Amino acid sequence: MTASDEAVSVRLGPVDQIPVGEGRAFLVGDEPVAVFRPRSGGLYALRAICPHRGGPLADGLLDGEVVMCPLHNHRFELASGSCVSGGDVDDVAAYSAEDDDGELVVSLVAP
Amino acid sequence: MTALAEPEQQTDGGSRAKLVVVGNGMSGARALEEILARGGSELFDITVFGDEPYGNYNRILLSEVLANAAGEAVDNEDADGFDDDELFLNPVDWYTDNGITLHAGVRIVRIDRHAKVVMGDDGSVTGYDTLVLATGSRSFFPPMDGMWASKTDLTPGVFGFRSLDDANGMLEHVADARTAVVIGGGLLGLEAAAGLQAHGLAVHVVHPTEVLMNQQLEASASKVLRSKLEDMGMHMHLGVKTSEILVTDGAVSGVRFTDGSDLDCDMVVVTAGIRPNIGLAVLSGLETQRAIVVDDRMRSVDDDDIFVVGECAQHRGEVYGVVGPLWEQAAVLADVITGADPDAAYHGSRLTTKLKVAGVDVAQMGVKTPERESDEFVQFSETGRGVYQTVIIRDGTLIGATLVGDVSKVAALTQAFDSRSALPEERVKLLFDLGSADDSASAADLPDDTQICNCNGVSKGDLVGCVHDGAETVSACMDATRAGKGCGSCKGLVREVVEAALGGAGAEDPADSYYVPGIPLDKPTLMQEIRAQELKSVSAVFAALAPEGRDDVASKMGLTALLRMMWPDDYVDERDGRFINDRVHANIQRDGTFSVVPRMSGGVTSPDQLRRIADVADKHDIPMVKLTGGQRIDLLGVPKEKLQEVWADLEMPSGWAYGKSFRTVKTCVGTDFCRFGLGDSTRLGIDIEERFKGIEGPAKMKLAVSGCPRNCAESMVKDVGIVAVEGGQWQIYVGGAAGATIRKGDILATVDSHDAAVQLTGRFLQYYREHANWLERTYDFVPRMGLDYLIGVIVDDTEGIAAELDERMQAAVDAYVDPWAADQDEATPGQFHDALPLIPLPQVPVRSSEGAPA
Repeated sequence: MTASDEAVSVRLGPVDQIPVGEGRAFLVGDEPVAVFRPRSGGLYALRAICPHRGGPLADGLLDGEVVMCPLHNHRFELASGSCVSGGDVDDVAAYSAEDDDGELVVSLVAP
Repeated sequence: MTALAEPEQQTDGGSRAKLVVVGNGMSGARALEEILARGGSELFDITVFGDEPYGNYNRILLSEVLANAAGEAVDNEDADGFDDDELFLNPVDWYTDNGITLHAGVRIVRIDRHAKVVMGDDGSVTGYDTLVLATGSRSFFPPMDGMWASKTDLTPGVFGFRSLDDANGMLEHVADARTAVVIGGGLLGLEAAAGLQAHGLAVHVVHPTEVLMNQQLEASASKVLRSKLEDMGMHMHLGVKTSEILVTDGAVSGVRFTDGSDLDCDMVVVTAGIRPNIGLAVLSGLETQRAIVVDDRMRSVDDDDIFVVGECAQHRGEVYGVVGPLWEQAAVLADVITGADPDAAYHGSRLTTKLKVAGVDVAQMGVKTPERESDEFVQFSETGRGVYQTVIIRDGTLIGATLVGDVSKVAALTQAFDSRSALPEERVKLLFDLGSADDSASAADLPDDTQICNCNGVSKGDLVGCVHDGAETVSACMDATRAGKGCGSCKGLVREVVEAALGGAGAEDPADSYYVPGIPLDKPTLMQEIRAQELKSVSAVFAALAPEGRDDVASKMGLTALLRMMWPDDYVDERDGRFINDRVHANIQRDGTFSVVPRMSGGVTSPDQLRRIADVADKHDIPMVKLTGGQRIDLLGVPKEKLQEVWADLEMPSGWAYGKSFRTVKTCVGTDFCRFGLGDSTRLGIDIEERFKGIEGPAKMKLAVSGCPRNCAESMVKDVGIVAVEGGQWQIYVGGAAGATIRKGDILATVDSHDAAVQLTGRFLQYYREHANWLERTYDFVPRMGLDYLIGVIVDDTEGIAAELDERMQAAVDAYVDPWAADQDEATPGQFHDALPLIPLPQVPVRSSEGAPA
């Protein structure tokens, strides 16, 4: 575990532990983070807890743009964490996630 | 189809064809307007004869002439009433402006069809190429003593109610009159009676049958109208006839009834019906029966150059006395005469009458009473309030309706009647809103703070605000506010509110017809493409059919279900296409834990199973063990990472309480134990569940089997519900619901055997799987397809697909594997990993058997 510029950055093991098209939850320091691996490519990290009612975002369905919380179908942009489903729900924090030669690296900084 | 342009009607060097119209009442005038609208003034020199010395006027306003003058006329000796412009349809100038020669006050007495001329009572002779007869009709005066003062003049105080002269004559008379008798309680008679009553007269209506307005109303409706009119002080003499009008000093002094009794009065209005004016036609050798007989082009059957329109025309045996058919006839006639559409044809009219009689609203359309045994008849009567309503439905189409006292539904009914459109499954909704604000008027009237979506707490104001912010479609408002995105039962109301705010239906959102939002195809087309291109995975469908090949989160579940249905054997499973419940075969709860429901077919369990369930609950500290509505045992609050262990310890198969799938068959104890049981409902329920367990579909499927019509398993409110009836038979209900929506199922069939019940259940479910929209429950699907249609396809095999449906259902049954057994090994990495690390689960309170949080 290394830290730089006060941001926690963690190597979390092989990217392949996340099935393509799904998300999995990790702990980065004290922060629960859901990392998503859409079929269209890329890695995205959001705080793992839905700001609406605490749903597990890592269990949500996703496409190339958004993840949908399994509890009430609120949708959040993978890249920014913005809630795009209406109904006055807060955005969720977005973090940086990278594929470092097959290894997943998440930093608690904005992507 | 070539146009039959008639050369003599073409504009030809200034010698235009001669068009003569006889009759300048409403139908003559309307025919003229229609002809002019089709360029008639270019085609014809037009001459009009009218024997009333006025331009044409709106006869249906006559009763208003009578009633409206009431206010000022009482003390006014020379109350001649009405010179309101609106009474006259077309002022005399209109004729001049349109180049029409009007001969008002000239009566045509003969047609010479060989010379093609008409002769007037002023000695005039006018040639024609095309002649239109619109001679209308006149009041019928039944023969009785005292009616006539001379051959042509009525006894002073006796009136017809047909012309402007009649109305004005009555107005002159009412100032000195105190009691009026109206002979004939039809529509016109009641209007006259109401008008006279407004002038302060005591009014007696004499009608030869017990049924007022018997042309339009049947007995019960008429009775309600009668009592309402009597409440307003009108005197009714029903079932009696007038035998004589009593005359004193040359004027009316009373009437005598056929029973010999007399009634004093100083005014008599005769509204005993009308007779078409056909004397001219008879004299001129045209075929007449009750009126002048015409073909579908509105031509006399004897003479292609003579057209007939309005109350003097008899078409296919019908003579119409109201204004609607006249409009339709005039349009056809004008199409043919001008050549605008030489093939135009009149096919008869369906009559709709709406009027106010003495403040009582009455509307009637189509037939008055059921005519066939199979006709549906919905009747509502609230005599205290003077409301009576009926609708008559044949083969799913509205063929008649009568409304007395409350006509608030007349617009919707008229629309359904005219367009023969689909009717609500619950017929009574035709008359009532049933407490739900489901017509646009009431949606518009709701206060802004009314909560429309009870799941997501969206008010009417929120939706209206959305429209004001620029949303143009219902779905845009639903997306923005999440209204209708919970249980979905408010969608109809959301639509009403948004459409009211948009001031109309709003932009048609093509996405409404898509099976899933991300693929712009409806279900049949989508299935065709999937089959044609052999698309067997969700990602393949997106790549081939989505705009720019883009995947869409909201479409994945629906596509997964569809592909699993279409390719039971070789579907390519992509776990990311599944909702979390289907990835881990359990139902996600609010805290991210899951509920586990083992299969217990038919709701029958055993001590051994119960012991195991109890042991599992103890071992894993299950926070709550609960019986479900579907007669199962639910273990709630199981963390994801413990699911496999719980399944293994249970040693029971999945009960599928999480999927858009076949869920449960609820049963009663049937013949084995129940003293009322008529059929072995428990056996049938278990067999159905064992056969169709876990079959996926567009939405969940909940079933029940009851052993007798006491229906303890609630079969009538299930997607498929079966009830044993006497005689070893099973009734199969489909499309029932008792959740967000409540609907009693419809009887699909009554079958003789257990096996037939299983087979039809499977065939219905397969048809539903193949044809229902995503998330469309059977309670919407059955009425959308139509019960009769479904019975045809599924029971009678009208489309010859029953065997295929059975085959495909069999394939789905054969492909079944228990997911709990299959996923004892992880299907994907981290399939059962905790998704909320650091949060201690369960978060739900642990309940003891006493129900209190422990």
